[in-house]
Amino acid sequence: MTDAVTVTDLVVERGHRRVLHDLSCTVPAGRVTGLLGPSGSGKTTLMRALVGVQRVRSGTVTVLGEPAGSPGLRHRVGYVTQAPSVYPDLTVRENARHFAALYGRGTRAADDALAAVGLADAAGQLVRDLSGGQQGRASLACALVGEPELLVLDEPTVGLDPLLRVELWERFHALAAAGTTLVVSSHVMDEAGRCDRLLLLREGRLLADSTPAQLRAESGTDDLEESFLRLVRAQQEVAA
Amino acid sequence: MSATTAVLSPRLTAATTARVLRQLRHDRRTIALMVLLPSLLLGLLYLLWVDLPVSPFDGVGLTMLGVFPFVVMFLVTSIAMLRERTSGTLERLLTTPLSRLDLLLGYGAAFGLAAAVQAVVTVTVATTLYDLDIAGSPLLVVLIAVANAVLGVALGLLASAFARSEFQAVQFMPVVVLPQFFLCGLLVPRGQMPGWLQAISDVLPLTYAVEALQEVGRSAAETGTMWRDVGIVAGAAVLALALAAGTLRRRTS
Repeated sequence: MTDAVTVTDLVVERGHRRVLHDLSCTVPAGRVTGLLGPSGSGKTTLMRALVGVQRVRSGTVTVLGEPAGSPGLRHRVGYVTQAPSVYPDLTVRENARHFAALYGRGTRAADDALAAVGLADAAGQLVRDLSGGQQGRASLACALVGEPELLVLDEPTVGLDPLLRVELWERFHALAAAGTTLVVSSHVMDEAGRCDRLLLLREGRLLADSTPAQLRAESGTDDLEESFLRLVRAQQEVAA
Repeated sequence: MSATTAVLSPRLTAATTARVLRQLRHDRRTIALMVLLPSLLLGLLYLLWVDLPVSPFDGVGLTMLGVFPFVVMFLVTSIAMLRERTSGTLERLLTTPLSRLDLLLGYGAAFGLAAAVQAVVTVTVATTLYDLDIAGSPLLVVLIAVANAVLGVALGLLASAFARSEFQAVQFMPVVVLPQFFLCGLLVPRGQMPGWLQAISDVLPLTYAVEALQEVGRSAAETGTMWRDVGIVAGAAVLALALAAGTLRRRTS
């Protein structure tokens, strides 16, 4: 299996605080990799480093064979921030068409992306009139529209009802099956089970690079939340 | 690959212009304010002086035709850009093939077009309803108004980099606009200013915009001074856009 992303000894500081400590990890191509950890563990910072908008102190991030943030990567990588980053004063369709235009795609691609996130019926509505969950999906559609090879999604399922959450995860796996590499962050451990691979972050360090099955087997519990807690405790004992 | 590494792509600049104009289209009240407010304010000035034996309206009114687009576009742009920064759309745009220059020129073109509409309406109203006397072509007044608007856009884009909130952004308006307005030669002729103030006035772009308008106001033929002044205003706008591009960092902490 080839790696879509290779992170080596990444150090990031924000203000005077070190957010990522010598982090090294890889992301397999054509899979859904979950980036899990509590709030403040460095998930968003790592994702920003992958898409090349994070100033890094040291270390390297290689994405699809090029340094993260290279001009050549800008039509190959899609990024969806945690807060919906779409224009509230445009309609859903206008937003999708704008980002389609930036990626050199037509209006057809925009309509397809809206259908993919279940927003075809709301296409004519202004984004500011949508619910929070719909705004998040509009934001996702604006990344899907570029058909990126690597899709980086920061907590895409927050605020979604269970049905939509399941549908989106099915969509993620369909994209992966078609060859897209996905990095999806979440602080909800029950979503960890839906990932092909897991990167567990805690306080800016990689706690585990594993799969759901492996994690369950090693910790001796089916509950991934519990697995995570046992890992944390085990590490604290080692530290002590 | 060549398309994505381009410093400037006319297609992506046009996409940005279209997007900004669409945002404007959904905001009818802003359009109404933008198009009508200068005419109404100019009407107030006209009525203020209409009964006086010697009215300064021709000079002041003409100058205001250049000041309005400058002030309005400065404010609108600095708020629009601040919104891009705080909403996360700017960060997102910077991960797409859109270059920083595409974004800034896209904004300049969109608000420049809006300013052209504003100027056509205001000049028409001023010359028909308020008897504003312009010796030269009204189209030149529109051209200077658009150059001023683009200057306002460029300075607004630049100022937004130093504003962390809307409260700060709006307060940059008096900082950037009022000194230029005081020193442009309208309140006191430039020749009667203390030397050091005149020296400051010499490096402020609004001075040249106002001089260009005065040239059009008093001379039926296009003057070399007028074209030189328009060139200076356009050059100042390009300089401000370049500085604004420098403040747009793709990577932030």
